[in-house]
Amino acid sequence: MAQKVSKDYWSKIMRGPPYYGDMLHPILKKNYGKWKYHEHVKPGVVKYVAESGDVLYTVKAAIPKILSVDTVRVLCDIADKYSDGYLKFTSRHAAQFLITDESKIDPLIDELESKGFPVGGTGKSFKPIIHTIGWNHCHTAIYDAPGLAKAISDELFEYWKKPDLPAKLKIALACCLNMCGAIHCSDIAIVGLHRTPPVVDDEIVSKFCEIPSTIAGCPTFALKPKVLGPGKRSIEVDPKKCMGCGNCYSVCPGMKIFNPKYDCLSIWVGGKIPDSKTPPKFSRLIIPYVPNNPPRWPEVTEIVKKIVDLWRKHARPDERIGEWIERIGWERFFKLAGLEFTEKHIDTYLFSVRDFRSSTQFKWE
Amino acid sequence: MSLELNIDELKKELEKKPWLIEELKKGPWPGFITEYERMAARKEITKRMMCQLELSYRNRTTLWKHGGAVTVKGYGGGVIGRYSMIPEIGPPSGSHTFRVNQPAGWFYKTDKLRAICEVWEKYGSGLMNLHGSTGDIILLGVDSPEVQECFENLLDVGYDLGGSGSVLRSLSCCKGPALCEWALIDTLDLYHDLTMTYQDYLHRPHWPYKFKIKISGCPNDCVAAKGRADLAVIGTWRDEIQIDQEEVRNYVKSGLDIEHIVKNCPTKAMSWDGNELKIDNKECVRCMYCINKMPKALKPGKDRGATLLLGGKATILHTAFIGWVIVPFMKIEKPYKELKELLEKMWDWWDEHGRYRERIGELVYRLGMNEFLRAVGLPAVPQMVWHPRNNPYIFWRPEELE
Ligand code: SF4
Ligand code: SF4
Ligand code: SF4
Ligand code: SF4
Repeated sequence: MAQKVSKDYWSKIMRGPPYYGDMLHPILKKNYGKWKYHEHVKPGVVKYVAESGDVLYTVKAAIPKILSVDTVRVLCDIADKYSDGYLKFTSRHAAQFLITDESKIDPLIDELESKGFPVGGTGKSFKPIIHTIGWNHCHTAIYDAPGLAKAISDELFEYWKKPDLPAKLKIALACCLNMCGAIHCSDIAIVGLHRTPPVVDDEIVSKFCEIPSTIAGCPTFALKPKVLGPGKRSIEVDPKKCMGCGNCYSVCPGMKIFNPKYDCLSIWVGGKIPDSKTPPKFSRLIIPYVPNNPPRWPEVTEIVKKIVDLWRKHARPDERIGEWIERIGWERFFKLAGLEFTEKHIDTYLFSVRDFRSSTQFKWE
Repeated sequence: MSLELNIDELKKELEKKPWLIEELKKGPWPGFITEYERMAARKEITKRMMCQLELSYRNRTTLWKHGGAVTVKGYGGGVIGRYSMIPEIGPPSGSHTFRVNQPAGWFYKTDKLRAICEVWEKYGSGLMNLHGSTGDIILLGVDSPEVQECFENLLDVGYDLGGSGSVLRSLSCCKGPALCEWALIDTLDLYHDLTMTYQDYLHRPHWPYKFKIKISGCPNDCVAAKGRADLAVIGTWRDEIQIDQEEVRNYVKSGLDIEHIVKNCPTKAMSWDGNELKIDNKECVRCMYCINKMPKALKPGKDRGATLLLGGKATILHTAFIGWVIVPFMKIEKPYKELKELLEKMWDWWDEHGRYRERIGELVYRLGMNEFLRAVGLPAVPQMVWHPRNNPYIFWRPEELE
């Protein structure tokens, strides 16, 4: 970049993030490391009590995942008015207000609700969906994760408001197989899939791509070099070997993997991260194909709702979706959910055998 | 992409009203289309981003190209270059993303948030995420000529960029001791200390690929470190759970089903005789379940530290991994010397042996845990595995034969 930088630029860079100590509400500073317990007050509101006897209430509100500066300023205004100019965001991207005066809780909730930030999400409730940026800003997005997140959150809204699910419900979406945000350990995960191999654009590949590393990067050895003419090379795909991972496209824009007609969404369930009761688990494939149907993906939201309803009906208290399914067995889950089990559900990649049932113990349904 | 982009056709599509994305304004959950509308009313770049988004919805495809190299002076990461496939309609000279490093635990004073809004309204689209998946503040959409100046303004209001590309990515940590009674380590201080110590690794690519560190104060792992961090630091303890019997009885009196909790303990370490709760701490695997259920009555022990897990990552390319134990227990105390020494040894080994775009967990898988453990000087212990190996293909070194 040709632009000049300011005189003191080199002494300003690498300053690191704002120091957290300056961002903490005085009551948090005073009781740092000395919180005694917390309890659920009502949906969205949690009471924290410190060893010093100090009491703090947190009020949690949903916010848009993509925020305008206007809306951020509204959140700041609310925090100035009710929580002494401090607020925090949760690890799942809700806003949290810190209240020391109990009488401010209800007015705060009213104001949040009236400004479009519904309060909820505490306890055994539906948590804000973790998702990627989709068509809003990514070059490999098969579907628009922010749009689908909005549609699913509308569908499950009552569980944001009312913490009466068997356990927490954590959903995550990734708009391509890169799966940023590591959604692979979620109660329900939705991933965009390619079902067709890349179409090679020889012009782009020969001009812009590093051919040997693109070929070496294909995990299934589906690629080999192709000579177009003197000094001009491209890549050839063996379509039978391609599993649509999109890695070649990530490193070379000439490997055109997008196919709006055939790309689709897939649904995975049963993952978790906390160690509470059972260790972390991966989410598992239940539906390999659902059409990519913007703007509200009705086929997907219907299935999600159905799984949540089944879980509510059959799970025991404190059972996450994966814990419930493992107790009853996947065979019974497929039956209960009325899902078809096909060869697509059986792993064909590197660690497949560890998933195969090496036992005569199973249920018929 | 098989889609043929005809600009005139696309422009005509935009004339057809209502737009599809307006459907997303319906329903009770806070949506993002109004956020676009607000900014589009005064920012040209946002108006163009919104037109492009509508066309993506109509054509069921992304309309962004591969990122080109966009950087600020002195840094190798933090800005992600993004260009439109249809610059006649979308942003004409780039719509780049800034990753801005967040304060530990995502705590803010409102003046700090207002300051970033001011800079972003002036230079960019005015749209942002609080926060992105990695944890950074994500500023979405700034055109090429504004990048450097925008960055300098961010510096002036007290922010700095996060990581992108083959660097140490912005760390993340849970709210920890600031607002959680279960925090067994000082997640916020560790986050800030490591971030400041390794600024050079964060901003300048040194390694085969990215490296993520995430810090959770207890095994509840609220930042999902196990699932996605190359190094997960998870607070834990090694002595006895602290019990307040009076509070246990109070829970039971107010209707808590304690038999259900006792039954759900994964190691059957608990018993309840109608008056007293007993925990056989030797059997307890510190899963947090009982503590989560009775925060007033139960507390983690007093001998506190962290378990370190290595290798968590998303699917691309050789299957997703959940991190695995490499250190069952380490004391985590300022200035975090033991942890930093281990990190640096890990990075050296990975840097020496890792292939292009190979995460450290994949390298351990390729070369073997034994190679890794020896290189970084960690002892093999049974806590690292579910069970010992079941094949006889063992590597013996000559010096082990005598
Ligand atoms: S999941 Fe894929 S498409 Fe979505 S933001 Fe990540 S890399 Fe982009
Ligand atoms: S999409 Fe994946 S499997 Fe298919 S050719 Fe590209 S790299 Fe190979
Ligand atoms: S990870 Fe543990 S210490 Fe940190 S916020 Fe969650 S429950 Fe609290
Ligand atoms: S922490 Fe978990 S393993 Fe330990 S006693 Fe409680 S429920 Fe049992």
